[in-house]
Order: sequence, then C-alpha cells, then structure tokens
Amino acid sequence: MQKYYQQEIECASPEKIRELQNERLVKQVKHVWDNVPYYRKKMEEKGLTPDDVKSIDDLHKLPFLSKDDLREAYPYGLMGKDLKDCVRIHSTSGTTGKRVVAFYTQHDIDLWEDCCARAIVAAGGDETDVCQVCYGYGLFTGGSGLNGGSHKVGCLTLPMSSGNTDRQLQFMTDLESTILCCTPSYAAYLAESIHERGLRDKIKLKAGIFGAEAWSEEMRRDIEKSLGIKAYDIYGLTELSGPGVSFECSEQSGMHINEDHFIAEIIDPNTGEVLPDGTQGELVFTSLTKEAFPLLRYRTRDICVLTRGKCSCGRTFVKMSKPRGRSDDMLIVKGVNVFPSQIEAVLIENGYQANYQIVVDRVNNSDTLEVMVEMTQENFSDNLGKITDMEKALVSALKAMLGIYVKVRLVAPKTIQRSEGKAVRVIDKRKI
Amino acid sequence: MKIKQISLFLENRAGQLLEITKILAANGINMKALNIAETSDYGVLRLIVDDAEKTSAVLRESGMITITSTVSAVAVPDRMGGLNELLNVIADAEISIEYMYSAFGQKDGVAYMIFKVDDIDKFEETLAAKDVNVSGVEEFGLK
Repeated sequence: MQKYYQQEIECASPEKIRELQNERLVKQVKHVWDNVPYYRKKMEEKGLTPDDVKSIDDLHKLPFLSKDDLREAYPYGLMGKDLKDCVRIHSTSGTTGKRVVAFYTQHDIDLWEDCCARAIVAAGGDETDVCQVCYGYGLFTGGSGLNGGSHKVGCLTLPMSSGNTDRQLQFMTDLESTILCCTPSYAAYLAESIHERGLRDKIKLKAGIFGAEAWSEEMRRDIEKSLGIKAYDIYGLTELSGPGVSFECSEQSGMHINEDHFIAEIIDPNTGEVLPDGTQGELVFTSLTKEAFPLLRYRTRDICVLTRGKCSCGRTFVKMSKPRGRSDDMLIVKGVNVFPSQIEAVLIENGYQANYQIVVDRVNNSDTLEVMVEMTQENFSDNLGKITDMEKALVSALKAMLGIYVKVRLVAPKTIQRSEGKAVRVIDKRKI
Repeated sequence: MKIKQISLFLENRAGQLLEITKILAANGINMKALNIAETSDYGVLRLIVDDAEKTSAVLRESGMITITSTVSAVAVPDRMGGLNELLNVIADAEISIEYMYSAFGQKDGVAYMIFKVDDIDKFEETLAAKDVNVSGVEEFGLK
C-alpha cells in the first residue's frame, strides 16, 4: 500500500522544510507587494518593504489579515493575479452578509488537489479505491477539493455531492465504495441509515475523511464502530484553498499541516503576539504558494495548539489540534459558517427587532439552528395567515443569506432575556 | 353591528392564557366571545369584551401586544339550517369571510356569531337588506 502521496516533502527534515518556507515566503511577500495594493498599503503603514522579510523569523513583522479585510476588499481587492489568469472561484459566507470570494489559478487548484490527495493517501487510499465524495459540490470547497484529490490519487471517484441518502446508499453498496468523504454528522447519519436498512454486510468502506465541522473523539469512535472503518479528520478554509490545509494520519492525534504551502502560527487573539508551540491560541496562516488569492498572516479565529515532533506515520509536518473554539462569534452549523450579525441583518431588514436568540443543537447527529424572535406590534395581526406568511418570508430570507434552513420561533414580546451588558445571543447546546 | 375585537399574540406554552384571564378578572372585564387560531408554536387570541378600550389598555400595560379591529356580530337563529341560510346570503353577495366564531351563550332563540370579512360595510348592508338581524351593542351587552 502506498503510504505517502509526496513522500519527499511529507517526510522531509524540519531543516529542509524551513529552508523551503524561507525561500517561498520571500518570494510570496514580493508577489503580494507587487500585485496586491491592499496589502502593500498595510505593509507601508508599518514601514515595511519586502526587503524586511528575509526568512520566517521576520514573519511576525507582517500585518495580519482578517475576515473584515476580506469584506473590505471584496470582491477583487486581495487578488494577486489578473482575472484572465484565474479559472475558478469558491465562496463562503462573510461576517455581515457579504460573501468571501476566493480566486484560483489552474496552478492553485493543482496544488490544492495535491493537498487533498495527501489526505486521501494518509487515510490509506490508492488507485484501487472507490472514493465516494458526499460533500457539497459548487461554491463550497468540500466537493471539488476532495474530488480533485481523489482523481490525483487515481481512485474511482463518485461525485455524489450532499444529500439524497437513498442514492448515496445505492451507489455505496452497488459500486462498493471504500472511502467516504463527507461531514462527520452526515457520516453518522449514513451509518444509522445503513443499520436501519440492514445494509451493514453489503458495504465495503474502510476509511472516512470527515471535516468541515466540529466533532468529538466519542463521535469518531461511534462512526468507526458503526461502519467498521477508520475515520480521519481534515481541516481547511476557503480563504486558503479549502479542505486539505491539514489532514490526519494513521496516528489520529492531530492534523499535519501542509507546511510546504502554509506557514502556521499561534497568536494571542487579544494582543496578536506570537505564542510558542504547544500553547493554545488563535491559528494564523500564511499561504506560500497561492497565486490568485495569496493571503499573508490570515487570522482563522480558530483556537488550536501546534505540536512538533516526529510522528509515527513518518511525516514531519507540524500537527494542529482540532479547533477547540473560536476567538469570534462565528458558528459552524452543518458545515456552514454562520455569524449572528448576518441573522441580525436579515431580522432588521424584515421588520423585526434586533432582540433575538440563536439556539444551536444537534439532533440525531444533525445540527439544527433556531432563531427566537420577539413579535412586535407592527408585525402582529388578528389574521394568523398574515403572521405565518411573514414567518415564511423570514425563513426564506435567512435561507438565502446563510444557505441552510433556519427554524424561526416567534415568541411573545419581552420574553427573550435581556442580560446586563452583553446580550446572550447564542446558546449552543451541542455536546461535541 | 360593528363591534371592537381585541387580538393578542399567544405563545404555545402552559399558563399563557391564564396570564391574560387573570388580568381581565382583576380589572373587572367580562368576556363575551373568545377564539384562538394557532400553529404548533404560537397563536392569535381574539376577544370580544364588554370594554374594549380598557382591555387594550390593561393588557398593554402588562407588556402584551394587542391590536383592535372591527368585526361584525350577527344574531343567527338558533335552529336547524340557521347558519346555512346566513352563509348563503354572504356567498351570494360574494363576500369573503376571513374568520368567524361564536359568542358565549344565546338568548331569545338566537346565537351570536362574530364575523371578520373583507368588506364589513357591504356585509352589514347585505344582511340588513335581507332582514338578517345584525346584533346591536345593547343586546350584546357591550359598553
């Protein structure tokens, strides 16, 4: 069995990786300085020129980028290449409704697919495998990322996209899928459906690559037991490419970051100070090879720990823990980024007050999102039909904004608790 | 006869209706008719009371949302086919009924029904022309 997709780099010595990072960082900073006026201005404000960055020891001098910058620079402000050189976009939701759009050259896609291929091989995949990809295809990066990686490995790829469980199970049994790629909650749901239909003996899965949402060790063991597979975590974000920024190996103790393409730092989210390895803090990534959307020191808002040291799998790439939380108020629901501010904007636009509460839960392994909204004098009517019509319009507007179903619960005025000072907007009941 | 109806937003939870009847009782308000339209999560309570203005005021003081609308109270003969005849008249005049419900009790062989229609003036004119008794404020016991 093939063990690595690109052994030379995946198992390179720390010195060699560092040398490569130094060389690529200097080149990337120059590329950004020359082509991204938005970031060049940020560097100039700090009195920096590309000459100030000679190695990764100088990385800390560079200014951060945040989701706010992405919003401000929307849509073309952070591009490092002309549109004519780009071949694709992917997109995710932003903080206040404006979406984040990331651009890709063919080269960018090629390297991204390499990263996904590494994840598939690390999960035991090779050209004899049948890889069923049930992440969403489209603007979401999950589907096309794993699809591309699966092609590179040479697996027979089933581009299923998400949903339609009957069809998923039919292909899984008829074509004997061996690797499953989807969100962990969908994997748990499929596992349940497989048992309910008595299909356990008909499936040939050996591994699953599950990402795009938080999941616990307990959930991992449940899925592994139920499907008879080994379940691997994968991490990524659209701003940096998509899934495959980091991936788990057979040791299942953290995700190896593809350090030839990304430099990871951990910072104190309040001061921005760089923290040593092994300390918990906010994860920051610098993209070393992206051409079209070359983000330097991008603050992910994910709270993690980095661990270095030789891994039993043979890889030398630094490992990141599963994200342990967020340094902002972003929620991940069904793999989709949700900001309370987006929900607030929709409520106000639809004539409701900004007093609301968001309740997130996980029911039968699937995330649910409910928004409690207070009825107002203006929206009230003696005609129940008018109220339910308004409620439906609000559900549609939220779906248009977030891309997922949100249950709206109308409550009596002044029943949502007003807390002293900061309002409690989000109640997350999920036990992850 | 045009009368005032008070509507309130109700959450679907135990004790919600009691909160309202408590306030009405404490303020000496007498209910003449009551109706609830509901979904699984919430509902609309519609009330005909002897003093609509006072009711609206005391409920709002308690932080509730109320709206006052104009509905029509009609005396329907309390016999077989009574409502059927009335509905025939309304349908012939092409008047749409948004909702309707019956009031508490009856007297002198008539039952009172509350109608919310799309065109209340036409509704009352039509019934008057057909000699259907549109009940008055007095016989309905409103202030």
